[in-house]
Amino acid sequence: MRARSILAALAGVAALGAATTQPPQRLTETGLYAGRGTAVVDARNRPFSPQYPLWTDGAVKSRWIFIPDGTTIDTTDPFRWSFPVGTKLWKEFAFGGKKVETRLVWKTGQDAWLFASYVWNDEQSEAYLAPEEGVPNVAEVAPGRFHSIPARTDCVACHRGGKGESLGFDALQLSDDRDPAAPHAEPLRPGMVTLRSLVDEGRLVPDRREWVEHPPRIEAATPRERAALGYLAANCGACHNSHGPLARLGLVLAHEPGSAVFRSTVDVAGIYAVPGIAPERSRRIAPGAPENSALLHRMKSRRPMSQMPPLGTVVADAEAIELIRGWIADDLPASGAAR
Amino acid sequence: MKTTWIAIAALAAALPATASEELKPVRGSAERGAYIVRTRGCNDCHTPWKMGPKGPEMDMSRALTGHPQDLVMPPAPKLPEGPWVWVGGATNTAFAGPWGTSFAANLTPDMETGLGKWTFETFKQTMRTGRHEGQGRPILPPMPYFMLGAATDEDLADLWAYLRSLEPVRNKVPQPIEPAE
Repeated sequence: MRARSILAALAGVAALGAATTQPPQRLTETGLYAGRGTAVVDARNRPFSPQYPLWTDGAVKSRWIFIPDGTTIDTTDPFRWSFPVGTKLWKEFAFGGKKVETRLVWKTGQDAWLFASYVWNDEQSEAYLAPEEGVPNVAEVAPGRFHSIPARTDCVACHRGGKGESLGFDALQLSDDRDPAAPHAEPLRPGMVTLRSLVDEGRLVPDRREWVEHPPRIEAATPRERAALGYLAANCGACHNSHGPLARLGLVLAHEPGSAVFRSTVDVAGIYAVPGIAPERSRRIAPGAPENSALLHRMKSRRPMSQMPPLGTVVADAEAIELIRGWIADDLPASGAAR
Repeated sequence: MKTTWIAIAALAAALPATASEELKPVRGSAERGAYIVRTRGCNDCHTPWKMGPKGPEMDMSRALTGHPQDLVMPPAPKLPEGPWVWVGGATNTAFAGPWGTSFAANLTPDMETGLGKWTFETFKQTMRTGRHEGQGRPILPPMPYFMLGAATDEDLADLWAYLRSLEPVRNKVPQPIEPAE
């Protein structure tokens, strides 16, 4: 009898454990908001704004992070933070002043992350768990072009690129030395998490006081180059880095030590050749020649075979294209080729 | 045939699942993988066809090596308006349609031109998402990735074990070609 009770208790624990790995059906059940409605975000969930935002067809985004009380982020590897179990991040997407979706990334176990997306109702009063296969065409972002809720397998396409964890919450993105030329950057608002606030609150282990005294920033020859490298790091570096599944491509656009971005792109011939030119002239980045640069061509493309990033956007980022074009045309001939 | 054990311990970015499920080793049977390849039609496109005495037949001396690198295809013919929308090459390894021109991949474990540097995770993610290397451009027609995407983890592990057991063959398949503007 006693053994049966123990078994029943163990079964209950197992069921509870399994339940915590499933996303709630409603956004209001994820812990984002205080109370039952969606009017007030729970004060334990801190807003933040990466200095180099990810382009999502002009979406206005709001972001929050919950780090369990008494826990810390392991920054032993300064470029790949390890978050405590229970960490949650939310990102809300709005188009035309209307909330469309909110994504949840939740560390449910030592090596387990949960990804879920919630679709807002027309009344803007609640958002409901999207099906695993996503939801197509939930908001028109340009004539005939629509934002879609990604399938959960697509979540992993980006989030598995590095540590498979959060994106946009790291030393560079939270640096207090923010890049004034970063495309689409939002101003910091009172109460937002930055490196300084994390250090002051003792949230980083080991202590990273040096990040307050010398905030991380991208080394660059010109302000435009700094912004260009920051944009590429945020929009491309999740996949194109030296440690993820695509490392073997030898294409680094992430913010990493050294000059890997320059060595792997500038005057380097890639697999993809810019169409319409002699193949031997195509380079990942051709200094002084944007028209021969595959990176720029693929940023401009929104054709499925060649667009970059390959998902999450249906409209090319005109501001970033002009930034990268100018960097390739005018800055790189002087600086990049020499690195 | 060898049997390969593939651990999926690196599935840190998994969809909702418990850690114990992610860490569970998957037994990949090359024998069963060979059966899956035979019965799900992988050879149809990834093995070049040749003309035999009774008509087109698979050239099993080049099994699963993809579109032959020495067969440079001319531009695909333009089809008139109508219900015919795509064409295929005589080897059944090159296809052209509204998506552009696509070439069947080399599935042998050659390090430079095949799947030699792929991991099981990349293979599985590719089948599940329908994206090249699991995170890039969409896999192009006529690859029925959705059929394999619906397969069990065990089936995919078996299939992978079989592909890893093949002799590496160097055959550099061309990159796909975008459709004309």
